[in-house]
Amino acid sequence: MAGGFFAESGADLELKDIHKRFPGFTAIEDLSLTIPAGSFFALLGPSGCGKTTTLRLVAGLEEPTSGQVLIGGKDVTSTKPFQRPVNTVFQSYALFPHMTVLENVAFGLKRRKITDPIGKAHEALRLVELDHLATRKPQQLSGGQQQRVALARAVVNRPALLLLDEPLGALDLKLRRQMQLELKTIQNEVGLTFVHVTHDQEEAMTMADTVAVMNKGRIEQLGSPEDLYELPKTAFVANFLGQSNLFTGEVASSTSTSISVEVGGRKVVVPKARAQVHEGTVTIGVRPEKLTLLAAEPTAESGTNIIGPGRVVDVSFSGVSTQYVVEVPGVGAVVVFAQNMSFGPVVQLGAQAWATWTVDHGFGLSDHPEALTTDADA
Amino acid sequence: MAITAFSGSAVAVEAAPRRRSRIALVLLLPGILYLVLFFVVPLVSLIITSLESQTAPGSGVYQYGFNVQNYSDSIVQYLPQILRSFLYAILATVFALLFSYPLAYFIGVKARRWPLLQSFMLILVIAPFFISFLLRTLAWKTILADEGPVVGTLKALSLLGPQGHITGEPIAVVFGLTYNFIPFMCLPLYTTLERLDVRYLEASTDLYASGWSTFRRVTIPLSLPGIVSGTLLTFIPAAGDYVNASQEFLGGSSSAMIGNVIQSNFLVQSNYPAAAALSIVLMAIILIIVSVYVRRSGTDDLL
Repeated sequence: MAGGFFAESGADLELKDIHKRFPGFTAIEDLSLTIPAGSFFALLGPSGCGKTTTLRLVAGLEEPTSGQVLIGGKDVTSTKPFQRPVNTVFQSYALFPHMTVLENVAFGLKRRKITDPIGKAHEALRLVELDHLATRKPQQLSGGQQQRVALARAVVNRPALLLLDEPLGALDLKLRRQMQLELKTIQNEVGLTFVHVTHDQEEAMTMADTVAVMNKGRIEQLGSPEDLYELPKTAFVANFLGQSNLFTGEVASSTSTSISVEVGGRKVVVPKARAQVHEGTVTIGVRPEKLTLLAAEPTAESGTNIIGPGRVVDVSFSGVSTQYVVEVPGVGAVVVFAQNMSFGPVVQLGAQAWATWTVDHGFGLSDHPEALTTDADA
Repeated sequence: MAITAFSGSAVAVEAAPRRRSRIALVLLLPGILYLVLFFVVPLVSLIITSLESQTAPGSGVYQYGFNVQNYSDSIVQYLPQILRSFLYAILATVFALLFSYPLAYFIGVKARRWPLLQSFMLILVIAPFFISFLLRTLAWKTILADEGPVVGTLKALSLLGPQGHITGEPIAVVFGLTYNFIPFMCLPLYTTLERLDVRYLEASTDLYASGWSTFRRVTIPLSLPGIVSGTLLTFIPAAGDYVNASQEFLGGSSSAMIGNVIQSNFLVQSNYPAAAALSIVLMAIILIIVSVYVRRSGTDDLL
């Protein structure tokens, strides 16, 4: 049992070959993962991808069908939840309704017989700026306040690992942004290992040092938010994390550093270092904000890819940028985000347009989009 | 930080508009009439009876007189039965709770994944109601009788002396009370446990509480409304019960309860004032016990 002491700092979490099968379906398939101590790790994925199950396995609320869970190098696979140095901020908060806010926060400390639980609980409540509501019952608090109590109740125990199960899901946008910043601050202050489960890609990217994108019980890709965004390796990641324009075509030629893919009658060049597959049929992509929209056909230059001509079928203004959808024959819809540097659209609806981008911004995927859809608004 | 902007903003709940609605009165009317006719009138008549005195000693004819002595006399005379009633009722309530809680927990929480099993077990709990409880109690009398299988087995195992009985002894009465009131305990427990959110239990184990600690600090407090209503539904009728303790059923002369005394005063000895006084005393004691109990357990809103 972890009882009697606070974790000095966060601990490593290691998952080894985890499988989790429920009657009728497999929630997690062959998951191996190492999360270094003190990091802010996000598990990102659509609902039903197994991310919450992963969290529950770490907390001990579910048992893996096979595989091992190691916390700080110690195998905890067969231990009970109350024996693990782990605390969870539940999606539903699960604040005990029959206890006051203070009793809720002191609960874990009292169970571990830590000295001065009330004082420490007050301290944790001050950290989330709710000490003045210590005597209230959870039902008397707003959603945001309850969320902060749930956070205090977990953080006060100084667990080696803090698990966050979509804790911001129920909050409105403004409060959510604010809580994201606060969580990050608290993580820096207390230096614990945070594992955050979310389906909100923006939340994962702004908060986490490392993001793992999960899909159908597997980890599709793992890396820093920048790496995942700039160099997605699968179609799922390319579309789930932000938007992508994906093109599928044959590799026509290749040099030592790049491959050239036939797309809509034009050659599109992708650096080999940024492509997972170098021959045969490949799917390549580029982020919409990397594209430049032109009303006149640009002259071909090395180092630049050109797609077009196409017809602008949709222009939508969103403040910071304008989104253009260009229907290119033989290629499909190409989405372009253009910064609003000047008044009015760069290209009118219905006009002919070309899109260009720097070769270094392209990426090549290891698989192909399902049913070749490139809709990406996740 | 901007956080404080969200704090302490108590939402003012607008008071529900008060309207003097005749509809409410009309809806309440049948209930009020029923209560007046079958509760208030008999209660007043009972109080009046309890204060009557005999016209002449031994005459058997009673007339109204403010005879408070009926109360002190009957309490003194029947104190053992009064105490015994509450002792038996408390024992039966405790046993019924100990038996019903695990059962209700299983049906309401563990069996959630199997709705068919859940309904089947609930039917089993309610099934005894399909037969008159007099018949069921009589059946137990036969089972527990001196020639019956239970006594025979216990004697063979030397757990019961050669002259031992079960029927007519306090154990049989407490057993009968427990058995008869188990459904009344089990159903309210089931309804609260069925709504128990297991996420609270998960949160508790996540916060270092062992199984027992979770049960004591989370499960029990969250199921307190069911425990309170179940114990009330068991304790109140059990304290006044006269069937189980009567000699025709499971009781004997040494295990008579206040219900038996009231019955015999009313129907056998025709001592109406004593019977009425005892009834009022019984009612008053139950009322006091229940209100203290409910206040202590913090579930005032149940009443």
